[in-house]
Amino acid sequence: MTEISRELLLHVAHLARLELREDELVRLEGQLNDILAAVSKVAELDLSDVPPTSHPLDVVNVWGEDEPRPGLSVEDALANAPERGGDFFKVPPGGGAA
Amino acid sequence: MIDTLRLTAEGAKDLLNRKEVSGDELFAVYLAAIGERDPELHCYLHVCEDPGGAGIPIALKDVIGTRGIPTTAGSKILQGYVPVYDATVATRCKEHGLRVLGKTNTDEFAMGSSTENSAYGPTHNPWDPTRVPGGSGGGSAAAVSAGLAPWALGSDTGGSIKQPSALCGNVGLRPTYGTVSRYGIVAFASSLDQVGPVAKTVRDCAFLYSVIAGRDPCDSTTVESPEVVLPTGDDLKGLRVGVPRELNEHEAIEPGVRKAVEHAIELCRQLGAEVGECSLPRSVDFGLPCYYLIAPAEASSNLARYDGVRYGYRSSNSADRLDMYKHTRDEGFGDEPKRRILVGTYALSAGYYDAYYGQAQKVRTVIAREHAQAFENFDVLVTPTSPTIAFELGGRTADPLAMYASDLLTIPSCMAGLPGLNVPCGLSEGLPVGLQLIGPQFAENTLFRVGHALEQAIGFDFVPERLR
Repeated sequence: MTEISRELLLHVAHLARLELREDELVRLEGQLNDILAAVSKVAELDLSDVPPTSHPLDVVNVWGEDEPRPGLSVEDALANAPERGGDFFKVPPGGGAA
Repeated sequence: MIDTLRLTAEGAKDLLNRKEVSGDELFAVYLAAIGERDPELHCYLHVCEDPGGAGIPIALKDVIGTRGIPTTAGSKILQGYVPVYDATVATRCKEHGLRVLGKTNTDEFAMGSSTENSAYGPTHNPWDPTRVPGGSGGGSAAAVSAGLAPWALGSDTGGSIKQPSALCGNVGLRPTYGTVSRYGIVAFASSLDQVGPVAKTVRDCAFLYSVIAGRDPCDSTTVESPEVVLPTGDDLKGLRVGVPRELNEHEAIEPGVRKAVEHAIELCRQLGAEVGECSLPRSVDFGLPCYYLIAPAEASSNLARYDGVRYGYRSSNSADRLDMYKHTRDEGFGDEPKRRILVGTYALSAGYYDAYYGQAQKVRTVIAREHAQAFENFDVLVTPTSPTIAFELGGRTADPLAMYASDLLTIPSCMAGLPGLNVPCGLSEGLPVGLQLIGPQFAENTLFRVGHALEQAIGFDFVPERLR
């Protein structure tokens, strides 16, 4: 299995939107490699004929009635906002995509 | 004078029915007990004013969203968050007149086995405050055991109800996946998360389960489940009890734990059950790695919502929006959620998905099949719940893998969506040992029957020795 290098860790942290500090990177790099080495045990089994389980119950398609009903009020929806502007959540401007 | 250490929920109900105590008085008695013992134990993150009503008090794990009551999931990223709606389980408790005493401590986002990952500091085990109460629901378990609530709700992803119940000497049920609504619960790993009761007795546990179980239109993963039968019998005649070798002979199991569990198995025989050995050859060795791929993968997706935009913590240390997301999440999450988000993001990322997450989902099928095969011959399986008694605070915090191993025996049945009940079965070194009863899906009533009969036969005193 792939060893997590510093470069790969930074890439994964970016995908997860985490800005890790240098001390965290040092600590996490070793721990993540230990964890991945342990969980890689799943590769020992040949399961090419086994279907995956994504859900423990044998249930399919649950349908609800398509009837309008009240949802959260604007005030409730914004009640916990770190910053609001009028009836909107306010966030800092843009920034890099990806 | 009411002794909250001894009073069961059933006993409290009798007192209320006979008008020997009012709902207000009962609530006040628990608040007084919290005032006296919680400064030492730290079971609660938030204690409520009496909301009124006629019923019995209850404590809720702080992953359960409660309208108007702060809900933090043990995380700094949700500090100050006050839900604007109730989780369905909270609504059902209120509809039964249950009065919310407060919100109990938990490992951050229910990720942990000791409650030491809480951003607000650990909970201490009422039997020995130098030891952990287990986790993630250590607050609920310790509160019930220390008489700071007659019963409580917890949540269980890989053992977070069963394991703390074992370490604190409670009865705790992880119900069959899909029987209890998760609407309004802070999500961790959605194919595994279940809400369930923690109580002093099997009958209390069964009753509380009947309050919260049932289909909920707000949670499409819920199904109708059989009506709950409160257990009364004291024999196990006609019942087939399976003892899975791998979960009873694992080298991680302490001798004192093994001895107490073997005694309980012997009692099953004496109560008339037919006891036999069985095997779950791959469920233990592969259960833990399988869980620690699937749960982090789902967590990495569920925790993406904490972005500093709609609720919770926002970093003020940011130049633009992307920067704001990254700093908010770095400053708001503790180490364990970060580890799991990173492992999960990695396991789901392009090029690694099939080898990790895809393979783990197939292992999950293997584990489910092994259990299904065992249930062709047995009605219930018995194992230790935790391989060890409560461990020292700080004993496993430096080594994530050592902490993960705490759930070695609770995880396999969780992966298969099966119900599991912890019943205290004795003491080892003066600390509680838990017996895990596992049933087929929707067999909660069987677990209650077995648990109740064993409870009578074992005669475990659920009050911590140092508090008697």
